[in-house]
Amino acid sequence: MDGFRVKTISRSEGEPSPYGDAPRPTPPRISLRNALFLQRLLRPNRLRAAFASWLEATPVAYRLFAFVEERIKRHIFGCRMCAQCALPATAYACPESCPKELRNGPCGGVREDGGCEVYPELRCVWLIAYERAEREGRVADLRRLQRPIDQRKWGRSSWVNYWLGRDEGLWTQSDGLGTREALR
Amino acid sequence: MSLRAALAEGRFVVTAEIGPPRGANAEAIRRAARALRGWVDAANVTDNQGAMVRLASWAGSLITLQEGVEPVMQLVCRDRNRMALQSDLLGAAALGIPNVLLLTGDHPRFGDHPEARGVFDLDSIQLVWLARTMRDEGRLLSGLQLKPPPQWLIGAVENPFAPPARFRAERLGKKVAAGAEFVQTQFVFDVATFATWMKNVRDLGLEKRCAILAGVGPIRSVRALERMSDIPGIVIPQEVRRRLRGVPSDRFLDESIKICAEIIMEIREIPGVAGVHVMAFGLEEAVGEIVERAGLGKRPQAVAP
Repeated sequence: MDGFRVKTISRSEGEPSPYGDAPRPTPPRISLRNALFLQRLLRPNRLRAAFASWLEATPVAYRLFAFVEERIKRHIFGCRMCAQCALPATAYACPESCPKELRNGPCGGVREDGGCEVYPELRCVWLIAYERAEREGRVADLRRLQRPIDQRKWGRSSWVNYWLGRDEGLWTQSDGLGTREALR
Repeated sequence: MSLRAALAEGRFVVTAEIGPPRGANAEAIRRAARALRGWVDAANVTDNQGAMVRLASWAGSLITLQEGVEPVMQLVCRDRNRMALQSDLLGAAALGIPNVLLLTGDHPRFGDHPEARGVFDLDSIQLVWLARTMRDEGRLLSGLQLKPPPQWLIGAVENPFAPPARFRAERLGKKVAAGAEFVQTQFVFDVATFATWMKNVRDLGLEKRCAILAGVGPIRSVRALERMSDIPGIVIPQEVRRRLRGVPSDRFLDESIKICAEIIMEIREIPGVAGVHVMAFGLEEAVGEIVERAGLGKRPQAVAP
């Protein structure tokens, strides 16, 4: 048919634009130990929950807060604002920076040299997560099953969600091999 | 005898693979299925394999079933959101497709539509978990009830050769925890590394809860050898390369089939392996020969043709 473009496929054509929002494996700029220290410092409490509620009730403040959060977390983790932060259970390497957005561990395409299947020059973010977890004795975190995320929440503040206790069911309590845990 | 029954009985099973054609062509699938009939306990029907558009895996599975071969319908997360995944799974159950194999899928970047949006709404482990929820709890992800709930054997994949090596058995553990009842692996050419992975699998006790089928297959030609070497996640040791390059091109395939049969025999000696998955794209006729040379013989008929 005339209207169709006949194209030859080359692999280089497949390279996604580095300027778009396509996820790219991102090594975190903070050590796991420091991240865990900050985690303890920022853990939910009554004051933070009240602050989060106030933010939600004040759109201008919320937008400003989310803007600052995005800047900080994008710089450190390559955060894309899924708003359901898996970092505490992934050795603080962001699974949403995986090109397949895998939340439960590395795919089978990790290259022998540790390169990402999609971006061979970048190290697989799950390999980074595993190495960080292993160094700090936290591999058990990676065994937890991560539940499907709510795709409506993109762009919202995950700190607000975290302080309001909405992240509690994101992953299972155990590795799920002993006792089955529900998907929902 | 069904794949489920063969696994329950503890017989060493054989599965193979049918790649649907690019085109509205049922005959290609019928031909492949007929070549496999009697030699395999079930045959996977791939789902846009390599991120290349092909005839749908549910349709290919139905055609395979009509030819008297039990299908394993592959379903990938790349092309569907959670709603389409669930409806396709229900459709498969209603058509009498008894097995599903759930995977994330290759990234569109490597396929014939690199400009496509990859969906990746769920990952493979979440999809396995969802399938088990649909079957065992009779519910959708939304919580709505399914009447009647679907029945299939739930399969998954694993690559024992990709880094991080120490996490690969644990990742299988996650799939087993999510509900995988059988797993097929990436091509095993490096039996020693596979055996190490199997040891880790046994240490976690996973082989008792999930049937492990080792992926094997012949390499068709020198060109295929080069192409496969480029695929991330496939490891072909020097020894195998040397043997294949050491024979004249007209004997290449024969040597490759011989190596495949030898690998199957080595794999059979590894405790905890429940069977092999023979990936022989476009070489379905060779599967019988491989099975025969490996000393496995014909299968009890699965489905009446």
